[in-house]
Amino acid sequence: MEVGLGASYAGVRVLVSMKQVGLNVAMDPFMAASTTGINGGMVVISADDPGSHSSQNEQDNRHYGKLAKVPILEPSDSQDAYEIMAYAFEISEKFDTPVIVRTTTRISHSKSVVYLKDGPFPPSRPAAFKHDMGKYVMLPVNARIRRPLIEDRLAKLTEYAETSPLNRVEMGDKVLGIVTSGIAYEYAREVFPQASFLRLGITHPLPEALVRDFAGKVDRMIVVEELDPFIQEGIMAMGLEVTGKEFIPRMGELDPDTVAAAARKAGLLPEVKPPPRVDLAKLPKRPPLLCPGCPHTGMLYVLSSVGQRLRLPGARGKEAREPKLVITGDIGCYTLGAYPPLNATDTSACMGASIGQALGMAKAGIGRDRVVAVIGDSTFLHSGIAPLVNAVYNQGDITVIILDNGTTAMTGHQEHPGTGVSAQGKPAGSVKLEDLVRGIGVKNVKVLDAFGLKELRAALKESLETPELSVLIVRGDCVTRVRKRSTPSVIDQEKCNQCGACLLLGCSAIQSDNGKITIDPVLCVGGVCGVCRQVCPKHAIVESTSGVTA
Amino acid sequence: MSVVGMLVTGVGGQGIILASDIIGEAAMSAGYDVKKTDTLGMAQRGGSVVSHVRIGEKVRSPLISEGQVDVLLAFEKLEAARWANFLHDGSTVIINEHAQPPLAVNLGYEKYPGDDEIKALLNQRTPKVYYVDGNGQARRAGDVRALNSYMLGCASSFLPLETSVWKDTIAARVPARFKQINMTAFEAGKKDIADVSR
Repeated sequence: MEVGLGASYAGVRVLVSMKQVGLNVAMDPFMAASTTGINGGMVVISADDPGSHSSQNEQDNRHYGKLAKVPILEPSDSQDAYEIMAYAFEISEKFDTPVIVRTTTRISHSKSVVYLKDGPFPPSRPAAFKHDMGKYVMLPVNARIRRPLIEDRLAKLTEYAETSPLNRVEMGDKVLGIVTSGIAYEYAREVFPQASFLRLGITHPLPEALVRDFAGKVDRMIVVEELDPFIQEGIMAMGLEVTGKEFIPRMGELDPDTVAAAARKAGLLPEVKPPPRVDLAKLPKRPPLLCPGCPHTGMLYVLSSVGQRLRLPGARGKEAREPKLVITGDIGCYTLGAYPPLNATDTSACMGASIGQALGMAKAGIGRDRVVAVIGDSTFLHSGIAPLVNAVYNQGDITVIILDNGTTAMTGHQEHPGTGVSAQGKPAGSVKLEDLVRGIGVKNVKVLDAFGLKELRAALKESLETPELSVLIVRGDCVTRVRKRSTPSVIDQEKCNQCGACLLLGCSAIQSDNGKITIDPVLCVGGVCGVCRQVCPKHAIVESTSGVTA
Repeated sequence: MSVVGMLVTGVGGQGIILASDIIGEAAMSAGYDVKKTDTLGMAQRGGSVVSHVRIGEKVRSPLISEGQVDVLLAFEKLEAARWANFLHDGSTVIINEHAQPPLAVNLGYEKYPGDDEIKALLNQRTPKVYYVDGNGQARRAGDVRALNSYMLGCASSFLPLETSVWKDTIAARVPARFKQINMTAFEAGKKDIADVSR
């Protein structure tokens, strides 16, 4: 956000994008941006995740727009998102304000046809910074002077919203009027094809006169929106009669089914008798897994075995031992190690939380020989450095494991400051983890091969026994990025006694059918991983002689 | 034409997203409105993956409602059964005869359903349930990774798009050296589904 703000101050148009929890971290500079205003147009795309498809919590970021007193635009599909960007920059520059474009999962994670429009859109100006202390230096004296300008801006934005083409009335049957925004507009149009609509492309500030006029034209007004009753409360504050969240869920993602079911409950649609549901409760679930050949599997397995968390197949139902280690986790693929059979994660809050949590555990009195923080390379560089500085300063004698797979795997292999490649795929500066960690002041630093179980185990045990802060950097390429493969492993059925030790890795290439354990040669990456060969007590897992059968 | 709804399902890593992208692009080049959406995020590898694709003159929601799926294209058997409630009595279900047991099954916690059980679940909604040997046919075409072209060949009979549109779209999305393998796989799928659904 600060980088974007700097570019904007320099007169260049800038787009900053992040999902809902990203804006939590960036709110400090964002609030300042609202106060200083901008120079080049500044648009922040904030993607909310109703239903927490891939987030640690659900939240409606429109509240941030209201808090910062900036405009919020909401597109309803890809075409709309394409067109709304030009308006967003225009509004930003016209009203001297950052603009939030708020999407939700189903806008960001869907594709639809887009017809390109011919410009002309005024080009961005070349970078030039004009000294203006009263605008850009938010000493309290200046911040106080700018404060009334924000209220003034909001009043002008309300006026703009009254006539903006982004807010659109589509009159149909007057019995029901629906105020809606974003993807919910598409769902509502599908569920109520006859109704009248007020489609809000600008959901903050609300166009009060337009809403009042619409309310006067329809018999009953409802709001259909995802997550909180943001629009609804705004309309209620106008003193108008409106419902919505009384029957439409405020939690999770909407879809046409949910909207229709809510409408039936509210008596807006006739009851229908659905066909009897097919009972699917007995089908086995399929949660996401670490990939075959994942460089995280080895260390998580070691944590699990040293921490006495592993349980052989068939042990289900028996009482589990209290695990020996406390493993604070973080945000990344390795969080999947929380699932059975590894059970190798005790906490996961937000990016960078693992190290601080481990420090807190140790300071609270959990013995140092038990507390381990696990964090990925990308997450560590994003927000793990400050907590590690804290651990050095406050002499937390915990063990920190940085799982370094050389990429940001879970979100789709984005580059990061440790990879030496920029977001554009060009050569970039590179931060070396071990140098950084030593530079902070950690004395006990080890770099380990992610696929060597013996070394991993020895290093972990030594760290736990050492009464000082230690960092283990476990290095191995992400298998879906580097795609290294070798001859797949195979199980020598004459040596295998079906003990199931290999199944405890949670590798999806190792499969068990009626007691016979086999390895799927299409999924197995072979000796470049080879972790299962190291855990088999009978040495029954060997290189296939028949070659790759894929 | 009313909106046609299609689910493409399978296990992360099987090429579900690519297949549904190709369906969407083919429909778009044939002049239809189309929206598609995937479950992604945490399901990058090994988890259940589903893509919703809707094709028509004008499409509003990218998500398909329960009971509104016209074609279910499943790359894995269990991942066909999971979507039974999205079918109606005229839906077509195409299932790749391939099982990838989830971890809970490998660990002995849960049981993988038999072919008859899967068929019985789906038959509660529709009689048109067809198994095809996707992995085998893709391998015979030259590479098991041509599975999605084979499955698209199967699906092509149930969507109002010309064969040439399918082939052009696939050719544009696969590496040139794998083009012939994918074309062969597509043709095999088209032929196989005609045989089993007759």
